[in-house]
Amino acid sequence: MNRSNVVTVYLKELRDSLRDRRTLISMIVVPTLMIPGIMLVAGVVSYMVVNKAREEVPAVMVLGGNDSPVVRAALTADQKIRLVPATADWKQRITDKQLRAAVEIPAGFDAALEHGDATVLKIFNYESELRSGFAVGELHRFFNTYREKIITARLTGRGLPAALVKPFEVKTENVAPPEKVGGNVIGGIIPYLFILLCFTGAMYPAIDLTAGEKERGTMETILCSPVGRADLVLGKFLMVLTAALGTVVFSLLSMGLTFMLGGLLFAKTAAGGAAVAAAKSGAAPMLPTIDPLGTLTVLAMVLPVAVLFSAVLMAVSLFAKSVKEAQSYVSPLIVVVILPAMMGMLPGVELNTRLALVPILNLALVSKELVSGVFHWHYLALIFGSTCVYATVALAFCVRMFNREDVLFRT
Amino acid sequence: MIEARNLTKFFHDKKRGEIRAVDNVSFTCRPGQIYGLLGANGAGKTTTLRLLATLLRPTGGSATVAGFDTVANPERVRASVGFLATSTALYSRLTARETIAYFGRLNGLTAAEVAERTRRLADELDLHEFLDRRVDKFSTGMKQKTSIARTVVHDPAVLIFDEPTIGLDVMTARNIVRFVRDCRTRGKTVIYSTHVMSEVEKICDVIGIIHQGRLVAEGPLADLRLRFGEQDMEEIFVRAIGGEEVAA
Ligand SMILES: Nc1ncnc2c1ncn2[C@@H]1O[C@H](COP(=O)(O)OP(=O)(O)OP(=O)(O)O)[C@@H](O)[C@H]1O
Ligand SMILES: [Mg+2]
Repeated sequence: MNRSNVVTVYLKELRDSLRDRRTLISMIVVPTLMIPGIMLVAGVVSYMVVNKAREEVPAVMVLGGNDSPVVRAALTADQKIRLVPATADWKQRITDKQLRAAVEIPAGFDAALEHGDATVLKIFNYESELRSGFAVGELHRFFNTYREKIITARLTGRGLPAALVKPFEVKTENVAPPEKVGGNVIGGIIPYLFILLCFTGAMYPAIDLTAGEKERGTMETILCSPVGRADLVLGKFLMVLTAALGTVVFSLLSMGLTFMLGGLLFAKTAAGGAAVAAAKSGAAPMLPTIDPLGTLTVLAMVLPVAVLFSAVLMAVSLFAKSVKEAQSYVSPLIVVVILPAMMGMLPGVELNTRLALVPILNLALVSKELVSGVFHWHYLALIFGSTCVYATVALAFCVRMFNREDVLFRT
Repeated sequence: MIEARNLTKFFHDKKRGEIRAVDNVSFTCRPGQIYGLLGANGAGKTTTLRLLATLLRPTGGSATVAGFDTVANPERVRASVGFLATSTALYSRLTARETIAYFGRLNGLTAAEVAERTRRLADELDLHEFLDRRVDKFSTGMKQKTSIARTVVHDPAVLIFDEPTIGLDVMTARNIVRFVRDCRTRGKTVIYSTHVMSEVEKICDVIGIIHQGRLVAEGPLADLRLRFGEQDMEEIFVRAIGGEEVAA
């Protein structure tokens, strides 16, 4: 290997690429705009939807129950439920989302309770609709409390302790640090974005430096110079790697900026009354803090993956005669990259020794933990090591492809 | 010095089967000589020249270029060769100066040597006017001059030109032919393929006519005139490849 030739090739490709608007777009513009775009849109939309639904006092219709004024009065008195007058088209109105839910009180409900007869209440909802779900939640809360009141009254009426039907109580308390909460909300998305951007960042230059050179006729020019094939591949590879890592670094910077600005914005609105209510209702960790050291470790873990992507993309695109052909080979690879990354976002999939050997998926899984500030050192070593092995194999394969004249001079 | 011994190159094509692009070709090209390679389209000229430039590996036979075997020592061969073909384009986003510097550095020249060579070549080839402009804004002639500068930046002992005047106007083509002649004067070994018979008559010391991968006639122009009983190079060529109907 001639190191000075590798450097010469690399510097030339770097200069050439920096003069190419498309490289700059895929390396700098896309990540800097995409990250805040995705995060803000996703964050703001979910924040608004959830809060609006939470703040809303659901409109509920009571069907029947004219002979049960006691339960009706209790319902009317509830602050979290807004009763609307009964109409015949209630089903349609639930479907049209004008009404969140309806509750049917059977005839003689008050009287049945008085006599101790069992009765059945019916709640009508719109399954899987968020706000309808909240309304049902409120109705359940109301009727559970109402039932408990009646049970307690009956027990005391017979001189029995209330604990008879309620031997224990269950309370839930959050012990996760705020990073952990943030990690799980955002943590699934960040490594996924890094992996994707790392891939797309390498994609354009990988094609341009191989199939693009063939198409423009410069490949033969460089091949007839005395530079060794391995040096040529390494120089070009370093450029593709630079683009891949550059994309990740720019997206990281942009992410940091987004969090900072988002934090400022959030602090401002928090002063307003609406956000205070939102904070109380538990919607505050929408813009969470993520562990900075963990994020840097994610970056270090991305390095061998970037090597793997760059080498594979170069080898595949070198086989193509034209940029178009190369794009048709490379585009399906995006699915191969997205699938494991998406699997890493699924809630049930957890890191184990076998999954730690699956490239991309392992990174997505460990990153989820890393941005939460949890470091599994043995997995990190296993993932880094195995990915380095894959990357070396891919790079060796790439060099081999550059030595095959049927690939270089494919007609 | 170029020596080709039974040089053979077969390609395998799914539709056409085995293609004998170069079939058992032997010839010698000496320093201070221009060897003209003639042949119809698809005769195997470019393939022969690519074999000499180590871009392709021969299926059979061997070649030594500037004393190095093309298979055993491809990088040494390329360091002694300047290769210019229709298929060797320039990087469009580099300037002429950057192009010359890039290939100079890859050929092991120091920065000072590159600067010196660039000045010399700019004088010789009249590049000064566009030396610092980007290649994508060049005319065909400017590109070809830059390509020549790129080819000879390391002052190679052997020069391989594959149709260097294709698509050029008369003045630019004459300039290039003059440059090739100057190379001979300086003792370079030159191999030159073309379809322009007048160029062959003007500059080639030895002419090799290749047909369907085989070398069918070889010798100085005077010898070929005697052998085929024709004065005109075009007539000689048509006879050498077996008459009009074969060429058609
Ligand atoms: N990489 C390749 N794969 C398959 N066949 C090839 C390849 N390169 C050349 N050929 C075939 O080899 C034969 C010789 O081609 P070559 O390019 O050497 O001809 P040529 O004499 O340079 O023609 P032209 O005057 O058109 O440039 C042709 O039939 C061509 O189709
Ligand atoms: Mg040709």
